[in-house]
Amino acid sequence: MSSFIDQFWPSTIDGLSLGAIYALIALGYTMVYGVLRLINFAHSEIFMIGTVAALAVLIGIDTQLLGGFTLIGMLLLLAVVAGVFSGGSAVALEYVAYRPLRRHGASRLAALISAIGASIFLQQLFARVIIPEYFNLPEEKGALPIQHQFVERFNVVAIGDFVVSNDKFVIIVGGIAMMVVLDLIVNRTRLGRGIRATAQDPETAVLMGVNIDRIVTATFLIGGVMAGVAAALYMMRFEELSIKAFTAAVLGGIGNLRGALLGGFVLGLLEFYGSSIFGSEWRDVVAFSILVLVLMFRPTGILGESLQQARA
Amino acid sequence: MNTNDTKTAGTKTVGGKTTTAQDMLGAAAARARRRAERAPKALRLVTYLLVLPFETLGGVGERFRDWWGGLPGYGRWTAYVLLILGAIALPSPRIASFMSPYTDWPTLLFFPIGGYILLALGLNVVVGMAGLLDLGYVAFFAIGAYTMAVLATKYGWGFWEILPVGIVITALSGLILGAPTLRLRGDYLAIVTLGFGEIIRQTARNTDYIGGPNGIGGIPHPPTLTEWEIPDAEPFTSFGLAGVSPFQYGALDGRPYYYLMLLAIVLTIIFVKRLENSRVGRAWAAIREDEDAAELMGVPTFRYKLASFAIGAAIGGLAGVIYAGQAVSIVPALFTFIVSATILAAVVLGGSGNIPGVMLGAFLVAWIPERVRGLQDYRILMFGGVLVLLMAFRPEGLLPSRRRKAELAEGTGGMGSLGAEVGGPGTQAAAEVNK
Amino acid sequence: MSETTTSKILELTDVTMRFGGVVAVNQVELHVREGEIFALIGPNGAGKTTVFNMVTGVYRPTEGHVMFGGQRITGMKRFKVTKLGIARTFQNIRLFHNMTALENVMVGADAHHRTGLAGAALGLPWHRREEREGRSKGRALLEFVGIAHRVDEAAKNLPYGDQRRLEIARALATDPRLLLLDEPAAGMNPVEKESLQALIKKIRDTGRTVLLIEHDMSLVMGISDRIAVLDFGEKIAEGLPGEIQNNPRVIEAYLGAPADAS
Ligand SMILES: Nc1ncnc2c1ncn2[C@@H]1O[C@H](COP(=O)(O)OP(=O)(O)OP(=O)(O)O)[C@@H](O)[C@H]1O
Ligand SMILES: [Mg+2]
Repeated sequence: MSSFIDQFWPSTIDGLSLGAIYALIALGYTMVYGVLRLINFAHSEIFMIGTVAALAVLIGIDTQLLGGFTLIGMLLLLAVVAGVFSGGSAVALEYVAYRPLRRHGASRLAALISAIGASIFLQQLFARVIIPEYFNLPEEKGALPIQHQFVERFNVVAIGDFVVSNDKFVIIVGGIAMMVVLDLIVNRTRLGRGIRATAQDPETAVLMGVNIDRIVTATFLIGGVMAGVAAALYMMRFEELSIKAFTAAVLGGIGNLRGALLGGFVLGLLEFYGSSIFGSEWRDVVAFSILVLVLMFRPTGILGESLQQARA
Repeated sequence: MNTNDTKTAGTKTVGGKTTTAQDMLGAAAARARRRAERAPKALRLVTYLLVLPFETLGGVGERFRDWWGGLPGYGRWTAYVLLILGAIALPSPRIASFMSPYTDWPTLLFFPIGGYILLALGLNVVVGMAGLLDLGYVAFFAIGAYTMAVLATKYGWGFWEILPVGIVITALSGLILGAPTLRLRGDYLAIVTLGFGEIIRQTARNTDYIGGPNGIGGIPHPPTLTEWEIPDAEPFTSFGLAGVSPFQYGALDGRPYYYLMLLAIVLTIIFVKRLENSRVGRAWAAIREDEDAAELMGVPTFRYKLASFAIGAAIGGLAGVIYAGQAVSIVPALFTFIVSATILAAVVLGGSGNIPGVMLGAFLVAWIPERVRGLQDYRILMFGGVLVLLMAFRPEGLLPSRRRKAELAEGTGGMGSLGAEVGGPGTQAAAEVNK
Repeated sequence: MSETTTSKILELTDVTMRFGGVVAVNQVELHVREGEIFALIGPNGAGKTTVFNMVTGVYRPTEGHVMFGGQRITGMKRFKVTKLGIARTFQNIRLFHNMTALENVMVGADAHHRTGLAGAALGLPWHRREEREGRSKGRALLEFVGIAHRVDEAAKNLPYGDQRRLEIARALATDPRLLLLDEPAAGMNPVEKESLQALIKKIRDTGRTVLLIEHDMSLVMGISDRIAVLDFGEKIAEGLPGEIQNNPRVIEAYLGAPADAS
């Protein structure tokens, strides 16, 4: 417990910055789930594609260590590239792996298997083919093997224990900015209305003239771009993420955008608090245990489902 | 299109005349063509070629089922006996060089082939019969294996004592996982079970008592029951089985382990089949189709779901104990999500809900990667790709049960259909009691 | 039926059901007597199905309570309510579509079977006996509702009217003392309605009580012993068919309905 108190502020900052990344990825999961009621298992690979694209840029440019505004400029570049690649591959994924199933109203079990298949395929494609071929790096379990250092760290804030380094600052601020943009898109634009209508009641949405295919494509695109931005931010800290971002979405209430944000931050924080108490090797166990506990008491997550109504 | 399929199958038996093999192939080709027409133009040929063998096999399966349904009782028993005899002869060296050119064929038959078949039978109880999605099934396999390893190496128990204990422990762990989570809806259950699988693996990795990441080594083999050897007489000699001690569990010969696994599989099939044809199987089917209606017809749905979870877990545990009895050492890295995904794929690929289908699926998933070693680096990649293509064009799997096939095509069956274009029957059903 | 001493099988006391702001059922009081055919009528959205849902345990009433055979069943688990002796059909047919007609009915019959997992797995003698009994009971019930020729057909392949009958057979298989029928005649042609009417009477004659929701007035008036009318969640009338027919509030509710209802 004392380690928890000692570590409180560092854990909080670490947790928030990891949480921001979780939240950005969770948004993609939750949007797709809201519209298609599908766990897009391959979304973690969409994110991975973003990280690979960003890494390619970093290697290509061969940067020096960056700290201040150059770091931000670099990040913008990475975000654009990763966003394009992640967004594009998310749309392609939908086209190949889900659209044919949607066409004939296949069972959701079939769709889920297809998602798992796509996830395995993409992961292997990168682990076995693309990374060894083009990155000259020893392959290692599908994850990118090294961290490409390009951040010159300094502290933006340092008040006693409360220390925020520039990279974490950028992650938290950048993450929140993206979420605000997404919130505006979903709540203020025509496209957003279409997405919400489809999530609530696809049949009526069709009758009201919503083009479902376009909405689905847009949903995957937005989710993919978010994942790409997350990937760019993530280039600065590199840790194993796996399906945990989906856990964040479920935690907050799947299908609920604000739930995904909340779930992301809650998960990030609790992971670090949990690590400071039990040791970092228990981080994932803490994450999944929290998920089980929350669902036991609130079966639809912290905020409940709201992009669509909970259907019993 | 599905009604068409079942209709043709129906008329075949009613007429009492057998259709020619040619008709059957023609029908399969026509079905494959219809399915391929759903694909984007560029992919049509590939799709057709991919789906055709499935359709053919499916057609043969239907024919076989009709024939089987018409068999008198003694005919079926004869068939069962022949099947078991065939399974006993399976490790024969005569087919080994074809079946397994790279590794020892009997060992391969024991695991992964036998092991996956047993696991798939267990997962099928949960996914295929009760319609619950479990993405962390590997956890039960792990718990069974660790039970064997711990009780044998730390407490000196023997395999035969551990076996029932391991089954009970995994069944209990199924109850413990299921009790708080089975009230959740399908997707939440999926993600919670996935989390459970990870919790178990990482807990094993982080717990020094059970060896942490290095796992447990020096697990003893089961004690020898008898040193009796298969005599050098026909028909054993021609199958190359003469001189085998089927109940002597050593380090070298994989056959005794295979026979042990075979026994477990046969008993499991009998057990599961009996349940399927009883009120339990009916209750599971009812839950799968419409849980609310089932409950209102007096089915205690929660209890039945919990039972399916515990039974599935127990079968997974059985597989784990047997596996650890042969493997000598186990490590947490053996029990990753990819194993759960593979077993699930085996169930769905073979035809979830249908026992022969599920076994065939497990066999293929376990055997093909071993057989086609040249592709070793890319086999998991191809596995993923094949899953995607199959779900697009033959979601009901190779040998679906008739009922399950219709459910998967319609998008009922526990999880409802993929939304967005039309809310499937699942959504309608849910809406109604609430009306 | 006229003597007031007949025991009440179902009693709803001041039952209210709210969904958020919507009051679907408001302070409703209902008494159904053993052995009668009691009809619940009212315009669309009046709250009739909601009453069924509260009786069968799908919803727990926001206020008030439900007694069945003198026992309080408010908030009881749904399958327990069924075991106590209440069974129902659904307004939108909810059969187990891919199971055969016989299997559907057998699921209902299983409600009173005792075999557990072990009995089923080991194929013990009483399990086999129950299976046999369930099967013959199922066949008898399919015959009783008039679809004996459909035994082995998948439920979804039955014509609409037969599906409604199958739902009734499945409900009867649970041996209910009280049978709830939610618009059983919906979508039936006049000939089918005629025979449905006979079937409902036949069910009553086997000693069961029937609570019926139905929009077809000639059917309701033809077979009901008593009728209650709901409108906007409130009970606006109750009485014999003749009384209801001439009740001005009922007439207004029905005539006014198209204008008022959303
Ligand atoms: N789960 C629910 N959530 C919200 N509102 C509900 C729910 N169930 C019913 N209602 C509302 O309660 C009111 C009564 O519905 P109910 O289905 O009981 O009517 P009904 O009399 O059966 O109508 P009908 O003749 O059309 O079947 C309606 O306004 C309906 O919208
Ligand atoms: Mg109604």
